[in-house]
Amino acid sequence: MAQITLIEAVTQALAWEMQHDPSVVVLGEDVGVNGGVFRATQGLIDKFGPERVIDTPLDETTIAGITVGLAAQGMKPVAEAQFEGFIYAMLEQIICHAARFRNRTRGRMTVPAVWRAPWGGGIRAPEHHSEANEALFTNVPGLRVVLPSSPGRAYGLLLAAIRDPDPVIFFEPKRIYRQYKEEVPDDGEALPLDVCFVLRDGSDVTLVTWGAQVKETLEAAEALAKEGISAEVIDVATLKPLDFDTIHESVRKTGRCVIVHEAPRTAGFGAEISARLAEHAMYDLVAPVERVTGYDTHIPLFRLEMKYLPSADKIVAAAKRTLAAS
Amino acid sequence: MPIAATFEIEYLQFMDADGKLVRDDLPAFARDIRQLVKLYQEMFMVRIFDAKAIALQRTGKLGTYAPCLGHEATYLAIGSAMQEDDCFAPSYREYGVQFHRGVKPRELLMYWGGDERGNDFSGPAHDFAWCVPIGTQCLHAAGAALAFKIRKEPRVAVCTIGDGGSSKADFNSAINVAGAMTLPLVAVIVNNQWAISVPRNAQTGAKTLAQKGIAAGLECIQVDGNDLIAMRYAMDHALKRARNGHGGMVIEAVTYRLSDHTTADDARRYRDQQEVKDAWLREPLRRLKAYLMSLNAWTEEEEATLKEQASKYADAEVNAYLATKTQPLESMFDYTYAELPPDLIAQRDEALAWEKRG
Repeated sequence: MAQITLIEAVTQALAWEMQHDPSVVVLGEDVGVNGGVFRATQGLIDKFGPERVIDTPLDETTIAGITVGLAAQGMKPVAEAQFEGFIYAMLEQIICHAARFRNRTRGRMTVPAVWRAPWGGGIRAPEHHSEANEALFTNVPGLRVVLPSSPGRAYGLLLAAIRDPDPVIFFEPKRIYRQYKEEVPDDGEALPLDVCFVLRDGSDVTLVTWGAQVKETLEAAEALAKEGISAEVIDVATLKPLDFDTIHESVRKTGRCVIVHEAPRTAGFGAEISARLAEHAMYDLVAPVERVTGYDTHIPLFRLEMKYLPSADKIVAAAKRTLAAS
Repeated sequence: MPIAATFEIEYLQFMDADGKLVRDDLPAFARDIRQLVKLYQEMFMVRIFDAKAIALQRTGKLGTYAPCLGHEATYLAIGSAMQEDDCFAPSYREYGVQFHRGVKPRELLMYWGGDERGNDFSGPAHDFAWCVPIGTQCLHAAGAALAFKIRKEPRVAVCTIGDGGSSKADFNSAINVAGAMTLPLVAVIVNNQWAISVPRNAQTGAKTLAQKGIAAGLECIQVDGNDLIAMRYAMDHALKRARNGHGGMVIEAVTYRLSDHTTADDARRYRDQQEVKDAWLREPLRRLKAYLMSLNAWTEEEEATLKEQASKYADAEVNAYLATKTQPLESMFDYTYAELPPDLIAQRDEALAWEKRG
């Protein structure tokens, strides 16, 4: 069985689903012959032809709007935003229509579509190519928001996203697109779209994160272990709808929680998790919840971007603060 | 000097403002007088409905309503030219198209009366619902057209947009992609001269709105939108060539918004009343009636009977709408997702519990 990277897992999932469901089409800028600027759609045009692997005009509004139309008329489009920083031109179609068709028509017309986008910082890219804007979407009723953090979860969650009857925003952490390989059976097995994944068991502190930050968080857990501190690591994976039960169960055990995300802190998705902990886990907590996040600034251009992003050191320090507090 | 490109925009009219034919090459459908009479009756019905809806709003029994006074010929031409399999993507006042396609007046009233069930209508299930964000429906139609093309179905997607909406990116994106991909898309710009308070000439420096389609690589035509025969002829032509794989078309239907923009608007604030008076001389029902009467195909007696029947029908629909019970509270949750996530089930329970508190 082949070892594949996260981006190869995306391609593998797209190919599986296109092979098994003729209504699945892929569309976006440069997704055809070029295979996408990150090569997520590499080879698909040779297998499935230009009718199903569609290079659109260079216009995000077009991609978003025709995706709504395709999905409403029986297709299962997987649209690509070339970068998450270009998805803003798609927001009106996603928020006003994709997310609302089912409700507006009492279920008569729905939008079973996926919007994929490379997401997040840390690849020394130009401005607008490094955003962490997932919280914009988690506030929108009717959407699902998914952020895989490993090749296996990228494969299984993308299959689930395409098969889901509602619109899904599928952000791919581009910093770890090619970070490591793992075995991902090409068996068409989807993963559930409504659960968090516990990546490491622990008893002293719960570290909650998603996307590329899973890497630094696992490193932090390893460093803490060397100091005798047992950290549980949770990859949220599907932010909306949120599987709060898994997080709560962990915090019941540890009494401490550090939330890690690279998006700005204020009204970032960590705020939602923190609020739910305050509402439902107040008496389980023995220390204040900590957040290790991007600052409330624009992510700087690349000379300073690693200073902006959460690091394993920052996570370790936050975890220790929760231990010192109790 | 070498010329890179040239273009002309044809203006199409068969019948002048007084119902006199201005050309003698009437299309075949227009020689079927019974069909013209039927479409006149439908236009008349739309006008009666429109007045009833405004009255409902004025008496607090309907929310904000966008009238269609003066647009009846354009809408009935679109509705009657389309096949049931074709797909319609409206903005928010295309009542004539929707009635012809089987949507019931009570259903239109339900949506504007605060009940989403109006969009689960009796018209074709593949037709799009009302679309309030200006111009965005054009891309839904382009997406539908792309679906038809991918599946090799002989179907056409039709969208309507206002003169103001033709300034929006979504409209230009839709006709652009239709040109680039040779999609079966017919985009009708219903140029009623006013986008709320902003006149047509403030929208663009282009001499016609139809010519926007030239830049997209589409065939374009400007039509007298108050002339049912011309509009229907243009639609038949556009649908036929789109269905046969020859690509999209932009039709500019030149008409006039005889009403306010919506019931929340007062057009006297910004519009010269003489202009409105003049527009009434060009309105679509008056001229079609004159034409039919000149053929001895319509009489004042028949009109009186029609008025009575149309009023009765509209009243029955209004009463059915007024008798509609409000949806249960949980309906606001139940259509958010195919399957409600636990969070939303908890919030629904919370809402229901609050409702039932002592």
